[in-house]
Amino acid sequence: MRNVKAIFKKELYSFFTSPMAYIFLVVFALVNGYFFTNTFFLYDQSNMRSLFSIVPLVYLFFIPAVSMGLLSREKGLGTIEILSTLPIHDYELVIGKYLAALALIITALSTSIIHYITLSFVGTNIDHGAVISGYLGLALMGGVYAAIGIFSSSITDNQVVAFIIGIAIVIAFFLMDQLLVFVPSFMSTFIQYLSTGFHLSNISRGVIDTRNLIYFASMISFFLYVTTQIVSSRKWS
Amino acid sequence: MLRVDNLSKNYGLVKAVRSVSFELNTGQIVGFLGANGAGKSTTLKVITGFLSPSSGNVFLDDKNIIDNHFEIQKEIGYLPELNPLYTDMKVHDYLQFHAEIRGITGSNFKEALTRVVKDCGLHGIVHRTVGNCSKGYKQRIGLAAAMIHDPKILILDEPVTGLDPNQIVEIRQLIKKLGQEKIVLMSSHILQEIQATVDRIIIIHNGQIVADGTSDELIENSKGTTNLKLIISESEEDSIQNIKATVPSVTVQSCIEIDNNMKEIIFDYPSTSDPRKDIFQYAVENNWVIYEMSASKNNLESIFRDLTNNQEAGNA
Repeated sequence: MRNVKAIFKKELYSFFTSPMAYIFLVVFALVNGYFFTNTFFLYDQSNMRSLFSIVPLVYLFFIPAVSMGLLSREKGLGTIEILSTLPIHDYELVIGKYLAALALIITALSTSIIHYITLSFVGTNIDHGAVISGYLGLALMGGVYAAIGIFSSSITDNQVVAFIIGIAIVIAFFLMDQLLVFVPSFMSTFIQYLSTGFHLSNISRGVIDTRNLIYFASMISFFLYVTTQIVSSRKWS
Repeated sequence: MLRVDNLSKNYGLVKAVRSVSFELNTGQIVGFLGANGAGKSTTLKVITGFLSPSSGNVFLDDKNIIDNHFEIQKEIGYLPELNPLYTDMKVHDYLQFHAEIRGITGSNFKEALTRVVKDCGLHGIVHRTVGNCSKGYKQRIGLAAAMIHDPKILILDEPVTGLDPNQIVEIRQLIKKLGQEKIVLMSSHILQEIQATVDRIIIIHNGQIVADGTSDELIENSKGTTNLKLIISESEEDSIQNIKATVPSVTVQSCIEIDNNMKEIIFDYPSTSDPRKDIFQYAVENNWVIYEMSASKNNLESIFRDLTNNQEAGNA
């Protein structure tokens, strides 16, 4: 746990000592703010659906960008050699870095709480439960995408390549339930179940189903496990 | 005691290290010498746990790197060849990160920081960003990070590469000081550096150990030759080439004409014999006028060249 904390701190340090984290946070807040307020007064409804539908789209680019350097930068700089010769388990390294990326994502997500505060002042009959579960869904979706991001960062030493691979995988999981018409009917339920969008829409409605939670937990665990195996594989090169 | 036992490491079909074995004891500075690509860094990477051995093992006391790499890594401080650092961190924070991983926090960290700042000469740059430091300082920061937990074993891969002569002397003195109470294994392909710093030299070539001993032992044990340089007045080529008939232990390595009708001849003979008297007699008999005669004993450089070239010839 001590090692996870040390890696987590170092990674957050890296985020916040470079302009990158600040640029991401500002851009994330501005893009979400623009698309949320743009239609907010037109719909004349006291809910945050429009925010919850725009954030997953922003995630598609935002999260691979946040996570692209997590391991590829270490490989590129050669610092992975330092980390690998410290008494740290590979899973501690992966989890520490993953949690740092997740912390940045949740910080970015929390900037949108300002819209919830606005809504609670100007709106009536707000479904607070749906808002909370919507945020939970977005946090979990961010968790899955960050796990995919760290996975794509582990398979290359080039940050741009990691970014492109990350976007490709994230978009594939995001679009799965949009493309069900092209899938044979016997596979459609399975493909739909793999889609992050499908599970997010369930949670966003205010229903916290264990099936959705299991999906998010298993996706995160799967990608973190594979990433750990890839990090460990250097020993056998 | 650190024991490397029959260690081999393959990269696919390439055998980088082949059945390497040696033992290192506390209070010993050992130089790992070899040409580029000889297998030095690979061996060090296996000892530090960065790579797993293809066969063989590394033991620290009763622990081995395959089953207890975590325990062994706690006892090792490692400075990799290219000294990768987090250039965006402050020196203090970088050392604190290493200390935290090693479980050194609070007042213990302050003590450790004071120690490494003093030992590595980091005064005045502790609050500077690593990326803004000079190469010499970066090397010392890498060394300080490797020493922050006061390890039993220090493994330094090319520690003086890229440093200026003053910095080299400083780092050398530091390594010598550390070597009094630790096991220090340093690699280099700079012979003079190794000779000036270490107590014992291990020469590795094509992934195999070809020599192991002190500098004097290596020179003593080598089947070395002595070179004798002779500058004489112009004389018949035949008389020079025929010297072997009269003085069998001598071989003419080269014979070149230099200015003022002089010739420079280099003779080789085994270091175990001394045919200088016979050569002088031969010179007198053949009317050579000797202007200069100087012998140079085999040194580490020629031993290294002999060992590595012979092996290459053997492998060819």
